[in-house]
Amino acid sequence: MSELSVRHLLGIKYLNQKDIDLIFETADHFKEVLGRPIKKVPSLRDITIANIFFESSTRTRLSFELAEKRLSADVINFSAAQSSVKKGETLIDTVNNILSMKVDMVVMRHPNPGAGIFLSRHVKASIVNAGDGAHEHPTQALLDSYSIREKLGGVGGKKVVIVGDILHSRVALSNIFALQMQGAEVRVCGPKTLIPKYVESLGVRVEPDLRTALQWCDVANMLRVQNERMDMSYFPSTREYSRQFGIDKALLESLGKEIVIMHPGPINRGVEITSDVADSHQSIILNQVENGVAIRMAVIYLLASQIK
Amino acid sequence: MSQHVLLNSKEIDIILHRLACQLLENHLDFSDSVLIGMQPRGTYLAHRLLAILEREYKVKHIPFGLLDITFYRDDFRRGDKPLAASSTQIDFLVEGKRVVLIDDVLYTGRSIRAALTAIQSFGRPGSIELLTLIDRRFSRHLPIQPDYRGRQVDAIGGDKVKVCWEENEGEDAVYLISK
Repeated sequence: MSELSVRHLLGIKYLNQKDIDLIFETADHFKEVLGRPIKKVPSLRDITIANIFFESSTRTRLSFELAEKRLSADVINFSAAQSSVKKGETLIDTVNNILSMKVDMVVMRHPNPGAGIFLSRHVKASIVNAGDGAHEHPTQALLDSYSIREKLGGVGGKKVVIVGDILHSRVALSNIFALQMQGAEVRVCGPKTLIPKYVESLGVRVEPDLRTALQWCDVANMLRVQNERMDMSYFPSTREYSRQFGIDKALLESLGKEIVIMHPGPINRGVEITSDVADSHQSIILNQVENGVAIRMAVIYLLASQIK
Repeated sequence: MSQHVLLNSKEIDIILHRLACQLLENHLDFSDSVLIGMQPRGTYLAHRLLAILEREYKVKHIPFGLLDITFYRDDFRRGDKPLAASSTQIDFLVEGKRVVLIDDVLYTGRSIRAALTAIQSFGRPGSIELLTLIDRRFSRHLPIQPDYRGRQVDAIGGDKVKVCWEENEGEDAVYLISK
């Protein structure tokens, strides 16, 4: 098999296990390319990609842009802050204007859930969702699973706990879909106010106590406290949050076993995890960032190969 | 459809030894040379030649790699089926080295064109030579010729040349399949 079952990457829930395997195998090849003195291949010479970001992002945008450039695609960047969106242009008009300049693929981040799906129905380009509100962030989930596979040899049968703000997190939702699809067991842990009401309907168990969760798991994915999405107080104070749901070295060492620590970034050091945990050998946070480029190259390459 | 044997296992064995000797003649102890087998089908030939050089001619420590050219091909998005990549295994630089590219069949020359680009990701080689088991004459799309050739074959456009290896197909043989 060398073809994805989809034309767009809108969310993990539209993929199947074979798609994920294909993306990982392709990413293996690109990871090797990224280790060469010249880290660039000419595959996408005749493809133009627009990165459209209606929401701020540093790492995801850089990672996508680097992946596109490593594949030799032409890249244009657009961020909503300095655009006609401010003048009242609609999403479809904005994107169609960009597409009329002969753009083949759109990588979009948008604050509204489902924006990518909506766009894919109305424009003629491959859409890659780089995060849509609290819905999905598929490339992040793919690179997280890929990093687990790299560290532990596989994802199937592994126990993963996602800790923190599950309610506002597209990373959590995409990760739950991706991990379960690959046969991993997922639990979530966090303040009750930040756990979505019906999360158990996804086959995910809620574990209110962090220590219990960590003792159970092989991998802990620590999410960022998303202050910018919180329109009210979900927990009394940052200090209380970090005491109950933050990991420090003492807690990690008291578990009596080694677990893998992940974080999608950006880290609030001292809140979700302390600095010594973030920089410890159990942390694969920087591997996640490195793998992000290879995963995004794989996704873009595979989607571009279907553009006729 | 008809199929006839171009080379049997004995002939292949003789040719492999001759090619190994020709490589030896030009590269002596291989101290400045590297062998690169092209994925997927050139790797069998490359491994065979390496084994002959090491075992029978006692050349030690020949730098050896496998190169995949999928991401360098000129027919991306032009075929019906997307191209599946194989792994590249080159853990050295080719800067200033004498590179020998090894593939089983030289046909249009487009794979070799891609390989010439791909190999430069590992440095600027001193020189690049091409070794092929089968050279299909009259079917080149590009000005590319082998430096070492096993057998030259006159096969027309619709024909297929199939190279079989003991370790994969259970026998060493080369077939010409015509419509």
